[in-house]
Amino acid sequence: MDSPLLHIDNVHKHFAGLHALSDINLDIRPQETHAIIGPNGAGKSTLLNVCVGRLAPSQGKVLFAGTELTGRHPHEINQLGVARVFQTPELFEDLTVVENVMIPIFSRKDGAFSLSLASRFDKQGAIADKAMSILADVGLGDHVNHLTNALSRGDKRRLELAMCLVQDPKLLLLDEPTAGMARADTNATIDLLNEIKKTGVTIVIIEHDMHVVFSLADRISVLAGGRIIAQGPPEEIKGNPKVIEAYLGEEQV
Amino acid sequence: MDSFLLQILNGLDKGGAYALIALGLTLVFGTLGVVNFAHGALFMLGAFCAVTFNELLKLEKVVLDPEKLTAWGTPMEIRTPYIEEWLGNFGAFLIDYSVPVSILAAIPVMLLIGLAMERGLIRFFYKRPHADQILVTFGLAIIIQEIIKHFFGANPIPQSAPDVVDGSVSLTSTIVYPYWRLIYLAFSIVIIGGVFAFLRFTTFGMVVRAGMQDRETVGLLGINIERRFTIVFGLAAVVAGLAGVMYTPILPPDYHMGMDFLVLSFVVVVVGGMGSLAGAVLAGFLLGILQSFASMNEIKSILPGIDQVIIYLVAVVVLLLRPRGLMGRKGVMED
Amino acid sequence: MFRISPTSDIVLLLAFAAAVLLGPIIMQPFGAAYPDLLQRFAIFGIFAIGFNILFGLTGYLSFGHAAFLGVGSYSTVWAFKLVSMNVVPGIIIAIILSGLFALVIGYVSLRRSGIYFSILTLAFAQMSYNLAYSVLTPITNGETGLRVLRTDPRYLDALFGGETGARLPPTNFFGIEMTGWPGFYFCGVVLIIMFGLSIVIFRSPFGMMLRAIKSNQDRMRYTGFNTRPYLLSAFVISGMYAGLAGSLMAVTDPLAGAERMQWTASGEVVLMTILGGAGTLLGPVLGSGIIKYFENIFSAINESVLSQFWAFLPETLQHVMVELSSLFVGEGWHLTLGLLFMIVVIFLPGGLMEGAMKLFRIKHSPKVTSIAKSGQRDVVGEGAIEPMEPPKPPAPGRSRQDAKPAE
Repeated sequence: MDSPLLHIDNVHKHFAGLHALSDINLDIRPQETHAIIGPNGAGKSTLLNVCVGRLAPSQGKVLFAGTELTGRHPHEINQLGVARVFQTPELFEDLTVVENVMIPIFSRKDGAFSLSLASRFDKQGAIADKAMSILADVGLGDHVNHLTNALSRGDKRRLELAMCLVQDPKLLLLDEPTAGMARADTNATIDLLNEIKKTGVTIVIIEHDMHVVFSLADRISVLAGGRIIAQGPPEEIKGNPKVIEAYLGEEQV
Repeated sequence: MDSFLLQILNGLDKGGAYALIALGLTLVFGTLGVVNFAHGALFMLGAFCAVTFNELLKLEKVVLDPEKLTAWGTPMEIRTPYIEEWLGNFGAFLIDYSVPVSILAAIPVMLLIGLAMERGLIRFFYKRPHADQILVTFGLAIIIQEIIKHFFGANPIPQSAPDVVDGSVSLTSTIVYPYWRLIYLAFSIVIIGGVFAFLRFTTFGMVVRAGMQDRETVGLLGINIERRFTIVFGLAAVVAGLAGVMYTPILPPDYHMGMDFLVLSFVVVVVGGMGSLAGAVLAGFLLGILQSFASMNEIKSILPGIDQVIIYLVAVVVLLLRPRGLMGRKGVMED
Repeated sequence: MFRISPTSDIVLLLAFAAAVLLGPIIMQPFGAAYPDLLQRFAIFGIFAIGFNILFGLTGYLSFGHAAFLGVGSYSTVWAFKLVSMNVVPGIIIAIILSGLFALVIGYVSLRRSGIYFSILTLAFAQMSYNLAYSVLTPITNGETGLRVLRTDPRYLDALFGGETGARLPPTNFFGIEMTGWPGFYFCGVVLIIMFGLSIVIFRSPFGMMLRAIKSNQDRMRYTGFNTRPYLLSAFVISGMYAGLAGSLMAVTDPLAGAERMQWTASGEVVLMTILGGAGTLLGPVLGSGIIKYFENIFSAINESVLSQFWAFLPETLQHVMVELSSLFVGEGWHLTLGLLFMIVVIFLPGGLMEGAMKLFRIKHSPKVTSIAKSGQRDVVGEGAIEPMEPPKPPAPGRSRQDAKPAE
């Protein structure tokens, strides 16, 4: 077996006595698409937040390609090659769509900080071209010069995805990328993600929509009550009685 | 030891004023979510309520007495305040006690000012960013300050405490302490206690406290939270105003006293923890005491200028090490 | 938001330069064409441009920028005392010292954001102000203010054999005395340079990153940016602008007092910036010009002017109006300032520039602004809102006709 790209080792997280995560051990293999599912409040988003440094685990550690992520700042984790799409889109709402995608390119190009007064933030140069092509890929080619806050929610999710993709991440963390999308949009997103998969990016996806999960995932982990109760390929998970029990009354599998 | 005790006492009355202003600031911030830079102006307005009341009482009737002549041979003027003419000794008593008596006048006035301010301006800013709230109330503070300056001039107007308590009291053989400062301390404790009791033991107060914890839920309960906001603002205005009225014998009021106290009170609120009433009171007294220690000559000779900056230094240290303040709740405004 | 080509920036800068240099002619009809006032426009313009680089681009509201103004003034006067009456060393020293001062204050204050940042900067400024009046009296000369004396050493001048005559030599720029019109033109040229620099900052990737931080700092972090150096650089740059403005005050009138550091001065620059329009290039200059112009006019009006003005009214009414309007003029100028402050925040949060832009847009494409507004409220809208028209149509096909990529 390959050494895991993301290694979550014995992670616990509690908030004021409440155990949000207990004893999470999870290995994400390179180039796989790994779905994390579970009923509401199972700790899925908490787990992602621990991975990107938004929350510090109470115990345990997270390793990315051999580097420890715990205790690092969010920007350092991103610089290592971890990009994340949030549950509610986090965008630069006051800027235009193309600017939203150009900024992540600058992050890759300039590293942490540059005073860069000598150059212009140029919307005609190579950087803009790269941004435009990604935007065309995600289906936002017609909106490049619109203000972001005028986009529909589905478009905002697509834009956020574009902002992550443009960074050529090694690991892509997706928090419910199709929530609130219409069926057609969801299918388009699935197709897009399948395209992305082919480029060899490792993807961790949290999703409620089982249609999305089973269309994409190579492996699935099921979280319930802050613990991983099952793990395996989709077919195995489908028939797992523990999983059905955990979901009983929560959703339709 | 005695000088130590004296410094604590010295700090307590100033701390009382800080605590009272900070209490109102916190109440308004906690319930309405509004950062009010005009809160210091309310303190100053209270002080000028006392000044106005005193001047009204002292309006004099001038009679020329043809019997007595001045050195220049003109009839001597006899000046009697109207109030003494009408009410006799009771009038004289009123003048002597004008500062405490003007509390009665200040309560309705400050309440009206507070209500008008909330209804006329503040409520339009509930949903605006904090920066806008700061800016608009800052503008209001300038306006209030300039109006006061126009009518009362730029110079401080000394007010005297009633004669009975004008002197000092010897607490021990070496500690001599002005009566009025003790009274101010007691007064601020009473007011603080009153506000806490009001919040704890009345239904209204319960709703307000619940609102400070979780505004949205309270709104969802179908409680008309807006009207309560207005009343809370009025209450904060009255508290600040009364703090100002009673402070006049300690510090002759001038038009910029509000801003001076506001900056310090904000620091107090931040140190105590944004949104924590107990924190505001605690930090008010603590910083008052700290400031009075810093102005001791023994300390100033080691660290010159420390009395000028101690409060700010404490605020910087607290903000950096414990951003939620001494008693702030975790996660509230920690950024 | 708008695609502004380098050419249009150059046009903007040239037009700005022309307006500044022709100021004495342009301001003639307004009765403001004297160097004293015009150079005040220029100095406060620089102050506001610098403030805007922090507040307008990053959204961090500093309430203590007057402290840097004070540092600039004091250090320039000290340079006049110790180095030379030539203004160049004074200005350089002022910029360096205010930059260092801003570095320290910014390093601490930027650990926090929002109102905490505002209160921290306010606390630092008040602290500096208090210190300038007390312990730092040997440096600041306390309430009297720091001034240049005939007997000061001025080592550099002495080195070049400049004999101090019976009277104090004036401040000069390599021999050109900084009084009257030369003083104004000197400040004007500095203003033009500083405006040009602000265009560069606005258009640079650095400026864009600052705007992105204002828009969503968290996203910036998850995009791989360490935001603190960006914010600190913006803070230091804007502190240096303030120091330069303070320095120019000392250049045109070589004395420095602590009142320059008071919170009212910090508040004034905030007002200038938001009045003109925070985050716009021209807004702050416009705002500072308007405020200083009206300050000049309003402070000069006295009761006799007012009674003349209201002379057409019957006498009693005239008295009432004189009494009422005297509140706002002369000493009462600050009242007008406060009122202006509130009016701008309440009715014109985007400032004059945005107001003008709105007017312009309503005339041309009325739908755009309303849709842009409703777009912000689109929480559940599932494609409910049609994509808005771009405020200004982009150059067709991203053509490169007028834009050579500046490297």
